[in-house]
Amino acid sequence: MSQAVLKLKKVIVDFSGFKAINQLDFTVQSKSVHFVIGPNGAGKTTLLDVVCGKTKATTGEIKLQEKKELSKLTEDQIVHQGISRKFQAPTIFHNLTVKDNLEIAMKQKKNLFSMIKAKWTNEQKKKVNDMLDLVGLKEEQDQLAGSLAHGQKQWMEIAMVLMQEPDIVLLDEPIAGMSKKERNKTGELITKIAKDHAVLIVEHDMDFVKEYADIVSVMHEGQLLYEGSMEEVQNDPTVREVYLGRKVEENVVN
Amino acid sequence: MQNTIYQKLLSRRVIFSLIFLLLLAAPLFMSDFRLNLLGKFLAFAILAIGLDLLWGYTGVLSLGHGIFFGIGAYCMAMYLKLEATGGTLPDFMAWSGMSELPLIWLPFQYPIIAILLGILIPAVVALFIGYLTFRNRISGVYFTILSQALVLVVVTLFVGSQNLTGGTSGLTNFKTLFGFQVNSASTQTAFYLITVVVLGLVFFACRKLIKGRFGKILVGIRDGENRMRFLGYNPSAYKTFIYTLSGGIAGLAGMLFVLQVGIISPTMIGIIPSIEMVLWVALGGRGTLIGPIIGAVLVNAAKTGFSESYPDIWTYFLGLLFVLVVVFLPKGITGLFEKWSDRRKKQDVSSSVEVEKSYS
Ligand SMILES: Nc1ncnc2c1ncn2[C@@H]1O[C@H](COP(=O)(O)OP(=O)(O)OP(=O)(O)O)[C@@H](O)[C@H]1O
Ligand SMILES: [Mg+2]
Repeated sequence: MSQAVLKLKKVIVDFSGFKAINQLDFTVQSKSVHFVIGPNGAGKTTLLDVVCGKTKATTGEIKLQEKKELSKLTEDQIVHQGISRKFQAPTIFHNLTVKDNLEIAMKQKKNLFSMIKAKWTNEQKKKVNDMLDLVGLKEEQDQLAGSLAHGQKQWMEIAMVLMQEPDIVLLDEPIAGMSKKERNKTGELITKIAKDHAVLIVEHDMDFVKEYADIVSVMHEGQLLYEGSMEEVQNDPTVREVYLGRKVEENVVN
Repeated sequence: MQNTIYQKLLSRRVIFSLIFLLLLAAPLFMSDFRLNLLGKFLAFAILAIGLDLLWGYTGVLSLGHGIFFGIGAYCMAMYLKLEATGGTLPDFMAWSGMSELPLIWLPFQYPIIAILLGILIPAVVALFIGYLTFRNRISGVYFTILSQALVLVVVTLFVGSQNLTGGTSGLTNFKTLFGFQVNSASTQTAFYLITVVVLGLVFFACRKLIKGRFGKILVGIRDGENRMRFLGYNPSAYKTFIYTLSGGIAGLAGMLFVLQVGIISPTMIGIIPSIEMVLWVALGGRGTLIGPIIGAVLVNAAKTGFSESYPDIWTYFLGLLFVLVVVFLPKGITGLFEKWSDRRKKQDVSSSVEVEKSYS
C-alpha cells in the first residue's frame, strides 16, 4: 500500500473575511497522480499556494511525510523540505539557456556561500543530461529559454521542478494552451514522474484528467466535495449537481 | 560551432589584455595632466563595475552609491589630513572651537587602518541597509527611492557636522602618504598605476564571480525574484551580499579618487553624482562588465570637455543623454556592439547554410 506524503488538517485560508479554503482536510498518497478539479474560484490554486508557502494558512496544519510541519516555513525552506511547484503561466528564465535553467533549479545547497564555490560534479552533469532526455530538450539545451515554443517551455519548467528531486510535485494547469500532441506528451511525462513522486495537479480538461488520474478530488467553495476515481466522481450525484453536470453527460454519451 | 565560441573567448580575452596593457603604458605617452584625469575616470570605472553587479546583474537600482564612494573618500581624506597637519588639530576643527581630536578621527592616524576602513565602513553600511530592506522584501522602485533618500540624509549629516567633516568645503590640502608627496608627478603616476591594477583586479574578480553558477542565480533574481524562492533560493541574502560588495567597491573607488583629485566635499557625493554613476552604467551597457568601464570613461571625458568650454550646459546635456540612452540605447554601447556582431554572425550562418546547400 502507498502511504500519505502530504496531509492537510483543518486548513483555513482567510482573505480578509472570505474563506478561499475552508476547514480542508486533504491527503496526497505517494507515487500517485492526484488531480484536483472544481469550478472557477473553488480554491484549487489557493490549495497549491498554501502548500508551497506562497500563501500562509490562517489556521490548520500542513505536514509532509507525517513529520515536517510546513506552515511556519518560508517558500525556499519548503522547497528544501521536498515540495516543488510549477505555476500556471510558464515562469522560466528567458535570458538563461535551457541547461542554465536546469542547473540553477537542480537540488543542491542553495545558500550564498555554497553557491559562490559551486562547481559541476559528474553526478550533477549526468542528472541534467538525463533530465534533458526525459523532457526531450537535449537539442535545445544551449538555446535561450525565451526562444522555446510554448509547449517546450512548459516541459522545461516541469524539468526544473523535477531537478529539485521533490517528494511531491505541484502542477497548476500544465496543459493549458497546448496542442493535442503536446498534451499527450505531457500526459506521458506525468505518468513517468509518478513512478517515484507524488504528483498533485490542478486541471480543467476532463478528458485529460480521465486519461491520467489515479485519484481525483473535487473542490467546491474551499472544501472537499468528493474524492475517488474519475469514474466514481463522474457518477456521484452531488458532484454532477454542483459542477460536472452537463460535461459528464457529454462524456458518457461519447 | 565549438571552435567559433572558443575563438570568441580568446579574442575577447586578448582585447581585454591589450586594453589593460595600454592603460599600464599610458604614463609613457600621456601628459601628467591627462594621466591624472584618466586616473580619476578609472577610479569611477571601478565604482561602475560594482554598481553594474548590483543593477545590471541583480536588478537592484541604487541611486545612492555616492555615499559609499564618499565614505571611502572621506576615510582616505581623514588620514591625509592628519598626515598634513602633522598631529595637530586640523584647522577647521580649531575654528569650530574643538581642542582635541574627536574619537572617530583617532583610527585614521594609521594609513593601513584608514584604507581598510575605507572599504569596510561602506560595506558594513550597505550590509546594514541591505539586510533591513531586502529581508523585508522592499525592492524595485521602493528600494531605489530609499537609496536616494539615504543620500540626502548622509549629505545633510556631512554638511551639518562642520567640526567633524569640514562641512561644505570638505577635506583638502593634503601633503603626504606613507611619506611620499601626494602632489608630486611621480607619486601621481604611482597612484594612476595602482588605480589601473585595482581596476583589473576588481574586473577579473567580478568576472569570475558572475561567470559561474552564481552569476546565473543573480540573473534569475533579476528576472524573477519570486520564482527563485520557489526554486529554493533566498534572494534577500544574495541581494544583500551584492549590495555590500558593491558598497565596498565604491568605497575603494572613493579612496583612489581622493588620492588623485586631492579634495572631497559633500557636493561630490550627493544626489547628482549618484545619478551620474547610474548613467555611466546605463550608457556603457549594463549586464556586461566592460560596459560600465567604457561608460564611466566616456561620460567623464565628455563632462571634462564640456565643462571646460560650457560649464553651465553640462547638467542639461547629462539629462538629455540619459533620456536618449533610455529611449534609443537600452543596452548601452556594448549593446550596439552585440547587435553588430550578431548581424555579422547571422551573415556567417546564412552563408554557411548556402554552402551546405550547394554541396548537397
Ligand atoms: N490573494 C487573494 N486575495 C483575495 N481573494 C483571493 C486571493 N486569491 C484568491 N482569492 C479568491 O479565492 C477564491 C479561490 O481562488 P483560486 O484561485 O484558488 O480558485 P481556482 O479554484 O484556482 O479557480 P480557477 O479554476 O479559476 O483557477 C476565488 O474566489 C478568488 O477570488
Ligand atoms: Mg486556478
